[in-house]
Amino acid sequence: MNVATASGYLESLLHGRLQLPASQLAWFNRLRADAVERVGAQRVPTTRNEEWRFTDISPLIKLPFQPVYAASNLQAAEVEHFYLDPAAPRLVFVDGVYAPQLSTQLLSPATDSNIMITNLSAAVSAHVMALEPHLGRHAEFHNNVFTALNTSFLHDGALIIVPRNVSVDMPVHLLFIATQKEAASYPRCLLIAESGSAVTVIEDHVALQEGVYATNVVAEIALADNARVNHIRVQRDSSQAFHIASCAVSLAQASCYRSTSITLGARISRYNLSVRLTGEGAECTVDGLTLIAERQLADTHTCIDHVKPYGISRQSHKCIVDGAAHAVFNGKIIVHPDAQHTDSTQSSRNLLLSGRAHIDTKPQLEIFADDVKCAHGATVGQLDSEEIFYLMSRGLSEMTARNLLTYAFGAEIIERIPIASLKHQLEQTVLERTQRN
Amino acid sequence: MIYQNSKPLLEVRELRATVNGIEILKGIDLTVRSGEVHAIMGTNGSGKSTFAKVLAGHAAYVVTGGTVAFKGKNLFELAPEERARAGVFLAFQYPIEIPGVANNQFLRLTYNTVQAQRGKDELDPLEFDDFVREKMKLLEMSPDFLDRSVNAGFSGGEKKRNEILQMALLEPLLAILDETDSGLDIDALRIVANGVNQLATKDNATILVTHYQRLLNYIVPDYVHVMESGRIIKTGGKQLALDLETHGYDWVSIEQRAAAGV
Repeated sequence: MNVATASGYLESLLHGRLQLPASQLAWFNRLRADAVERVGAQRVPTTRNEEWRFTDISPLIKLPFQPVYAASNLQAAEVEHFYLDPAAPRLVFVDGVYAPQLSTQLLSPATDSNIMITNLSAAVSAHVMALEPHLGRHAEFHNNVFTALNTSFLHDGALIIVPRNVSVDMPVHLLFIATQKEAASYPRCLLIAESGSAVTVIEDHVALQEGVYATNVVAEIALADNARVNHIRVQRDSSQAFHIASCAVSLAQASCYRSTSITLGARISRYNLSVRLTGEGAECTVDGLTLIAERQLADTHTCIDHVKPYGISRQSHKCIVDGAAHAVFNGKIIVHPDAQHTDSTQSSRNLLLSGRAHIDTKPQLEIFADDVKCAHGATVGQLDSEEIFYLMSRGLSEMTARNLLTYAFGAEIIERIPIASLKHQLEQTVLERTQRN
Repeated sequence: MIYQNSKPLLEVRELRATVNGIEILKGIDLTVRSGEVHAIMGTNGSGKSTFAKVLAGHAAYVVTGGTVAFKGKNLFELAPEERARAGVFLAFQYPIEIPGVANNQFLRLTYNTVQAQRGKDELDPLEFDDFVREKMKLLEMSPDFLDRSVNAGFSGGEKKRNEILQMALLEPLLAILDETDSGLDIDALRIVANGVNQLATKDNATILVTHYQRLLNYIVPDYVHVMESGRIIKTGGKQLALDLETHGYDWVSIEQRAAAGV
């Protein structure tokens, strides 16, 4: 790739900051300024960079899209098919801009009134003490140019704070709707789960229509002692879009983070998930399903970092790749010298539905403690002939057997989603995309 | 049970088969008539599970000689799913787990597929639910198994019960139970055997493939066949299974070699 072009791309993106409103808060402005500086100090990664060796993003740097600043006048009728059923608290962002007319903070009357589900800019001044230790602190941007870019555009975003020992009894829906072609958006999410709290959050990226646009989203999730967070991420962008995402999760003692990430859309997508178990006895489950076709490229990089003893991590990542699509999975597990008695498993299972489909999978274990249990496995292939025979011996045709097994391969991850309406939608998507006749 | 004048359901003549180019079945002869229960016993590697899979049509097993007629027609002209629809059922030694597909969906799909092929009525989810719950009572299975993924996380005994449940739903003419007793505790064995016994009629037949005599205390065979090195070397009544339990398999092969003058 031409470096001059690439740096020109970054400069031209930063140009879009001219319209960014300044904040009243010095630390907020400083954070953005630091990020701008880090954008300047880095380059757009190429396939010569180990972290990006399978994912060529050169098509993206030809498209220096500018962010949208105007509020959308999108009406509920146009987007309500994206809403959860039954209705849940919802923050909606249209092309990255908060849409209050589509959002609702509806919670049952029994719920603690101190739960905060709001847009970041509305809350930032009043909650500096709560936000400053977290915002921009978990999602590292010194060595990640896209996170630096997102942070340099930091203005608004989704904010959830669940107070101590409070359980939110409804899932919170963060809905990011792309409506404009050739636009860039920089959504931001911050979730703070105070000690002993529990919440389920759905981070949902959708498109109103097909089109080329670029999303660069950063999420930060902080779990205090004994907190529980269930994070469901659905990326169903336009199949022509670019989607670059980072999520940084920090787990304190005995907290529990569950992630289910479903990748369906985008021409090129990259998801970096970093989970740090910084307290003793923390636990995470990281599940992923990538289901792509045609010329899509979907790259998932995860890093589960066991810093303290008695941590548990469970990871299951699956890809179903059709057409000439290309899926990448890189799953790093780090066990620090202090993280004795870590119990970690990782499985990467991949199904190729066409001869032109392509998968790169790379489990990466870096273990520096001696008393640990770490198991990993990766498979790439077609359907198992024993499984097909089993179904045929029950009267199903070979085609039906193959369809059922392909569906099941994806549905195994989908069925871990605890929201019936979303689960059903995604099951239908898997069904439509895996059936042959 | 042996019925006078019952029709032959399965006629196996000089059956030979290979796996990966190695001959496993070396000339099997067997006739099963409707109403009968046959036990095929033998040590590991004798070819008894291969025989079961060849009958069901597993693609990894290549038939190299002989004939098998099912209801008078050439079995090998039928694809595995056609055999299932025609009434051949194999209960697997190691049933496959299908995480992501609910057991009730799977059971209804197979049931309706087979019903449609037999020109019978299919059932909608509600009708099927009532129907399958009734069948589950036969196997003392909790209705919870309907909502779980097919065999996923089932214990050995639960998987075998799920196999017999499928048998109860598909109502085969010929059921082949491949090591159905392996991995079962005594209670599960009793339940499974009781289910199989209740499904037996004068019109269907059962082949039990087993290593141990234990299962035959519960499902009493009309014939016991001893298999060794890909052949049936001895056939007797239920007493033969007891003799095998007491004396092991060696005496049969010694006797057989003596008879053959080897």
